[in-house]
Amino acid sequence: MHQFLQQIFSGFAAGAIYASLALALVMIYRATDLVNFAQGEMAMFSTYIAWTLVNAGLPFWGAFLMTIAISFAGGMAIERALIRPVENAPVLAAVVVTIALLLIFNSTAGWIYSYTVQDFPSPFPDRPVFGALMTTRDLGVIAVTLVMLLLLVVFFRFTATGLAMRAAAQNPDSARLCGIRVGRMLAIGWGLAAAIGATAGIMVAPVLFLDPNMMGGVLIYAFAGALLGGITSPVGAVVGGLIVGMTENLVGTYLIASQLKLTVAFALIILVLVFRPNGLFGTAIVRRV
Amino acid sequence: METPLPAMTPAGLAQDRYAGLSFTAWRWIGTLALITLVAVLPFRLSSYHVFELTMVMIYAIAVLGLNILTGYNGQISLGHGAFFAAGAYTAAILMHRYGVPYWATLPPAALICFVLGVLFGLPALRFEGPYLALVTLAMALATPQLLKYFDTWTGGQQGINLVKPMPPAALVGLGLDRDRWLYFVVLVVLLLAIRIAINLLHGRTGRALVAIRDQPIAAAAMGIHTALYKTLAFGTSTLFTGVAGALAAIVVGYVSPEGYSLFLSVSFLVGSAVGGIATIGGAVVGGMFIQFVPNLANDISDAAPWAIYGLAMLLFMYTMPRGVVGSLGPWLTRLMQKTRAG
Repeated sequence: MHQFLQQIFSGFAAGAIYASLALALVMIYRATDLVNFAQGEMAMFSTYIAWTLVNAGLPFWGAFLMTIAISFAGGMAIERALIRPVENAPVLAAVVVTIALLLIFNSTAGWIYSYTVQDFPSPFPDRPVFGALMTTRDLGVIAVTLVMLLLLVVFFRFTATGLAMRAAAQNPDSARLCGIRVGRMLAIGWGLAAAIGATAGIMVAPVLFLDPNMMGGVLIYAFAGALLGGITSPVGAVVGGLIVGMTENLVGTYLIASQLKLTVAFALIILVLVFRPNGLFGTAIVRRV
Repeated sequence: METPLPAMTPAGLAQDRYAGLSFTAWRWIGTLALITLVAVLPFRLSSYHVFELTMVMIYAIAVLGLNILTGYNGQISLGHGAFFAAGAYTAAILMHRYGVPYWATLPPAALICFVLGVLFGLPALRFEGPYLALVTLAMALATPQLLKYFDTWTGGQQGINLVKPMPPAALVGLGLDRDRWLYFVVLVVLLLAIRIAINLLHGRTGRALVAIRDQPIAAAAMGIHTALYKTLAFGTSTLFTGVAGALAAIVVGYVSPEGYSLFLSVSFLVGSAVGGIATIGGAVVGGMFIQFVPNLANDISDAAPWAIYGLAMLLFMYTMPRGVVGSLGPWLTRLMQKTRAG
């Protein structure tokens, strides 16, 4: 029983990380109707930037905030320079461009930082709590995810920019007529997603260790989480991510060997799409003809 | 959505003369030159280069399959590597376990991949655009794991070694070795595949697929059975890719889980986008991109070859968003119109 609970709770911590990346995917989807295949690799690259800053002697939280700022600017720059030109091209062109970004980030990181696995410091002490069911580090990761979710909800609900972004995503033409700069909103969306991804990367790095391929599987789990929660809903992304984290741990421990973990995520995606295509919290997408 | 490309041979143009010769004459000259080139080339190149060309043709068949699905029907798949693997393992297991001759493994591989494609195409009806891409991406990631897991059949991590088939005895005397023989075998399959694709796509079925891609609701209103066509497009597409996989297993003489990673699936999609997404000729250009650009990238930079590969992808997408054939085709038509002698 104790082992079962422990698996659930440690799955919860992993789930928090998937939830963050799922949140980033939902952000881009809400803003641009696009899936960014490079999301995971961008997060990985941001984590390397944080690692460089920490190694240069910055305090952890200082490096954390600086990385978030750099990632935000980087995300905006990528949207402006690389995604913009294919905005009106067929979907496939945009997909190919984000896959190209994935390869470029992965290869460049390997080139600059080498493929050797690096240690990454955790800002949270590693003490067991709740009768050894969780560690303070897990709690810290979950807390950071919840704070991020709260900030996002506040941003979208209560700020003028958040409202403008929602308008730009929902109806670009009308939004433009109201004087909203739709292009800039898209760039901010990419910036936010990059910043959220950076947070996820920094949180996951102490557990997964830092190497250029660390995000390969995480993106798929995050996507499974986003779909499970409903691709249009940020709250759904977080809940979905947490459920995927727990399922992954439980299935890996009790049912089948852990080398089939990715297959489990794949099966989960198929099941969700067949039986509940809008996810747990998503709204049905209605299209005008 | 996409505007249709101007046809290369409208009835009016065929009558005109270009630099003194009629269009039909030019087409005959081109076809003959191409046939001579393709027939003579393998005897002028080293075995390794012949092998490379054979792989180009195999990738072309796979990309052609993906083109049917992605280009003509608008369903983006990042998981065709999985079907390529299914074809390859079907051929390998049949040859290795049951001693089936290599040529007889192609029909079973085609059938199995068609069935798998139809089965996967059913849930795929639920997703659009990038979402289908992500689901198929998950499938591509799961493929090596599954191949390793069912190791009683697949040989697990070690894979399966195959004996490269010999040419028929009568041809060995004519100086045809294994690599050159396989080159011609694959060439015949490629030509057959192109013929089938043309028949399929330049007719009623092709128009239905394009209609579903561009205006799904209008297509349904016109009486096109959307779900049926989309599922069949999936099955046909994976059939082509599966046959390509079986050929690859025969030509390479080896299958292992690591050969069917996510990167292979990505390559197919990239090859199809670079070659020309809704074109049949683009598949050959795509096959060349898949075979040669990684090596070129490696020559340019040992340290970060995939960054170079990624940059090449960006370059092609920005300069020719419709792919090489899709973008150069209209340019060629304009050139023809210019050289038309009054």
